[in-house]
Amino acid sequence: MTESAVATKAAPNRLLALWSSVIGKKVVMALTGAILVGFVIAHMVGNIKIFNGPVEINAYSRFLREVGYPELGYGQLLWIVRIVLLISVVLHITAATQLTIMNRKARPIGYESKKDVETTWAALTMRWGGVLLAVFIVFHLFHFTAGMVGFQPGQFEHLMVYQNVVAGFQVVPIALFYILAMCALCLHLDHGIWSGLQTLGWVTTDNTKSLRTISRLIAIVIFAGFISVPISVLAGWVR
Amino acid sequence: MLESKIPSGPIEKKWEKARFDMKLVNPANRRKHRVIIVGSGLAGAAAAASLGQQGYNVDCFSFHDSPRRAHSIAAQGGINAAKNYRNDGDSIFRLFYDTVKGGDFRAREANVYRLAEISVNIIDQCVAQGVPFAREYGGLLDTRSFGGVQVSRTFYARGQTGQQLLLGAYQALEEQIAAGTVRMHTRSEMLDLVVVNGRARGIITRNLVTGEIESHCADVVVLGTGGYGNVFYLSTNAKGSNTTAIWRAHRRGALFGNPCFTQIHPTCIPVSNENQSKLTLMSESLRNDGRVWVPKKKGDTRAPGSIPEDERDYYLERRYPSFGNLVPRDVASRNAKEVCDEGRGVGPGGMGVYLDFADAIKRLTEPVVREKYGNLFDMYEEITGENAYKVPMRIFPAVHYTMGGLWVDYQLMSSIPGLFVAGEANFSDHGANRLGASALMQGLADGYFILPYTLPNYIASSSLEKVDTSHPAFAAVKEEVQQRVAKMVNIRGKRTVDSIHKELGKMMWNNCGMARSEAGLRENLARIPELRHEFWTNVNIIGGGEEFNQSLEKAGRVADFLELAELMCLDALQRAESCGGHFRVESQTPDGEALRDDDHFSYVSAWEWQGENADWVLHQEPLAFEHVHLAQRSYK
Amino acid sequence: MNLTLKVWRQQDAKAAGKFVSYQVQGVTPDMSFLEMLDLLNEDLQTRGEAPVVFEHDCREGICGSCGFLINGVAHGGHRGTTVCQLSMRFFKDGDSLTLEPWRAKAFPVLRDLAVDRSAFDRIIQAGGFISAPTGGAPDANAILVPKNDAERAFDAAACIGCGACVAACPNAAAMLFTSAKITHLNSLPQGQPQRDQRTLDMVAAMSDEDFGSCTNHGECEAVCPKEIPIEFIGRMNRDLIHATLHRRGD
Repeated sequence: MTESAVATKAAPNRLLALWSSVIGKKVVMALTGAILVGFVIAHMVGNIKIFNGPVEINAYSRFLREVGYPELGYGQLLWIVRIVLLISVVLHITAATQLTIMNRKARPIGYESKKDVETTWAALTMRWGGVLLAVFIVFHLFHFTAGMVGFQPGQFEHLMVYQNVVAGFQVVPIALFYILAMCALCLHLDHGIWSGLQTLGWVTTDNTKSLRTISRLIAIVIFAGFISVPISVLAGWVR
Repeated sequence: MLESKIPSGPIEKKWEKARFDMKLVNPANRRKHRVIIVGSGLAGAAAAASLGQQGYNVDCFSFHDSPRRAHSIAAQGGINAAKNYRNDGDSIFRLFYDTVKGGDFRAREANVYRLAEISVNIIDQCVAQGVPFAREYGGLLDTRSFGGVQVSRTFYARGQTGQQLLLGAYQALEEQIAAGTVRMHTRSEMLDLVVVNGRARGIITRNLVTGEIESHCADVVVLGTGGYGNVFYLSTNAKGSNTTAIWRAHRRGALFGNPCFTQIHPTCIPVSNENQSKLTLMSESLRNDGRVWVPKKKGDTRAPGSIPEDERDYYLERRYPSFGNLVPRDVASRNAKEVCDEGRGVGPGGMGVYLDFADAIKRLTEPVVREKYGNLFDMYEEITGENAYKVPMRIFPAVHYTMGGLWVDYQLMSSIPGLFVAGEANFSDHGANRLGASALMQGLADGYFILPYTLPNYIASSSLEKVDTSHPAFAAVKEEVQQRVAKMVNIRGKRTVDSIHKELGKMMWNNCGMARSEAGLRENLARIPELRHEFWTNVNIIGGGEEFNQSLEKAGRVADFLELAELMCLDALQRAESCGGHFRVESQTPDGEALRDDDHFSYVSAWEWQGENADWVLHQEPLAFEHVHLAQRSYK
Repeated sequence: MNLTLKVWRQQDAKAAGKFVSYQVQGVTPDMSFLEMLDLLNEDLQTRGEAPVVFEHDCREGICGSCGFLINGVAHGGHRGTTVCQLSMRFFKDGDSLTLEPWRAKAFPVLRDLAVDRSAFDRIIQAGGFISAPTGGAPDANAILVPKNDAERAFDAAACIGCGACVAACPNAAAMLFTSAKITHLNSLPQGQPQRDQRTLDMVAAMSDEDFGSCTNHGECEAVCPKEIPIEFIGRMNRDLIHATLHRRGD
């Protein structure tokens, strides 16, 4: 009996086959997560240019739109990146939602006494932290990218990043919401980066400790970089 | 009645000849033949998988929730095979010789030779299945030596060889279940055998979850249901291990072979409390590096570390200089009992001896010892709370294996045509004492390489009438089973099943355990029927028959132990010699070794059930030793 | 010592269950946890009450029959230990213990603390084997297995199928169980021919049985009585990616 009795459902192509398996969805989350981590790092590095003054960061903002010229038109590369990011976010959230629904179904009757032994707070807050981040991202786009919320009429000016940031963060509730979202991001990455590596099978019993530490360090550096801006604005260091 | 059907010709050619003489079943016809296999341990799972592969229509039954739970899983030490990979003088003939001698000349030569021959194929088969045996750095298989032999022929997978071999067979079985050749009936306990016109044609089972009594019909029935060591209540067997399947078959006409031959394993963790439910074995491979000793002085209660070297008695090394700590199990057990009876035992109650690794740790270093026996040391610490790297282990013998079982011929067929018995459930290959690492070998030999030949031979050479479960014989047996269950749950007495089982166990351990005397056996023979009466009038089973009822499961098994115990004592009484694990105090050499009486007892005792109110009839199958010279065993 | 037990009692799969409290007296430290339950059951039966149903067999930590949560932790929280091997010396007089069965859709409760784990067998049926029909094997030493591979295969094969990993997993996933068998067989040269198909089929079977998926909490590893590491889940993932992207015929 060499033929296995349970034949794998033939998927039309390999990527769809990957998507159709539980582990495949996790892999999609890991890969899209990696893209998003890369973006977040780049974004953070861009943000801290604010400490070099308005000229530099506003120039950087223009650069993001001009890069790739003349092969690409003005802002085209930025749109390509935005589309890739959008697809990543959609896939990441879709997979997470599907897996969460499946996981909830897997234990219809819960425990009365269950204790956690090994897991971390970061791991336990992945889902709600993720939802918070999604809400934040939508707000953030309407806020700093489009200038449609959080500003007095006429206060937001396209490409005047420095002035927009200072004005935006001077609204205390918005700055606090931003910091809160960055806390969620930090926790999400603390578990998420290591978890992604585990999903891809790069974690071994020998390296798991160091990978967990690296994951945490990246999360903390990103967190510190991001919150340094609203804190500096609130403290009046950047004005 | 006792036709052993041993093929003629030289011993090396017997199995080959037998196989050639066997009738075959055309591959296209195989699926028309239904085979019932009861038990899914090494023998049962291996047979079910192999027969499924051949194309037979197999139904396999287990009282467990999964075939992977069978107690074969708990075997620790290893499996013998005459591979001679070590170039240390091993051969099929030597394995054969060691096994016959180790069994104290109470096994059939032809069967044992076949076992030794097949041992070689078993290792090949298991490696092909992916059993993760221990390896050398070069990638070749590692072996070690084991009690009672002087060559290194034991293949092992850390201390979990049984688990790994069982999982190999289990996986092969699951593959066949997926392929549709085997239907697995889990949580189904066989409660009786159905015999139609003199042939075994089916079984009656109880669904342990719903309590439903079911009938199953087949052309042939195989029992691979393990041993009956739990008759002693405390043993190294799993709590569920029982005699019911073979006992019910015995009551339907299958002869019971050598029921008194039980093995007491020397290296178990001593009993520590009144409520103890089972004993834990430590692989006897520990004796390869551990040294057994007790204080020279009686009642010496000093800590082991403060007893100086010259006040210790390494009694196995002293009495058996050439085998030392590696004497066979029966010898090691009996010696432990003797020193404890002398008052030199150690630990609570004085029922223990030391197994000391201090020298091994000095010689090999602790990491090496840890690599070899780490899991056993951990297990010991879990149970006793003691660290055996620092203080010597305490060990004591415990009931471990039953060499006796249903009598079978060379084809592994019982005295009921169509009823085959494999593994520990049959009486066949170990004589009066089993050598270490031979149980796994026998279970797999029976399941993988013997039944797949002899069972088709039976099917092909018998004209089997068409029978199904509507046959009146099925209805009659089913009715009996239902009545028995109903009777049991309606007693509503005062005693729990366990309390009766414990009482039986004590009786058996005291009078039919490591040393047996005529007086003790007669006492048991008088008391067991009384206890049986107590059971049937005063046991209390809570709940009914039509539910998941673990007390009822236990009760059914204990009821059968209460009958088997009597037969064991009867057999021990008639065998007025000492041989292997059977030590009659009346029959010993001047220096206290077991004394065989070949003139009068060189036979297999096979008992025939005559009914509840009649005595058993003893049949004798004479044993002839043509290749292994009959000699008093000496391990000095 | 005397203990208070709060035990989940449920007559059968369909019945509603509830927690019932019992006092157990005369427990000694040298008992095992299951011997303590034996004591309770003897007492219950003498009083005419139905004993607590719990699964057990070998009582030496290898058959995988036993298992339930003790105060919220599968197998009671001592590393590398099944409940049958858990000694009462880890508890003290007056302790209050809650005993709860494994909970997962794939493991329906049969009665009290006993659940149906046959879903595990069906995962094995999907591919947890090396096809080697009896009789056709080459000489055992014809297949060389590097010691490290053999050791890893063994570490994975040590799984006893008790289900604690599923019980402890926040998602009731069977990833540790499945990855252990996949790692065992995929680590060996004998397992290579069926490697991809085995991985695909077993992972598919795992989802078909209504188990959840891994979110890398590590709860399974922490309660596994055989201390099987979650590294094996990573290996399974890698094998699945490989098997999906390099399907047969490539």
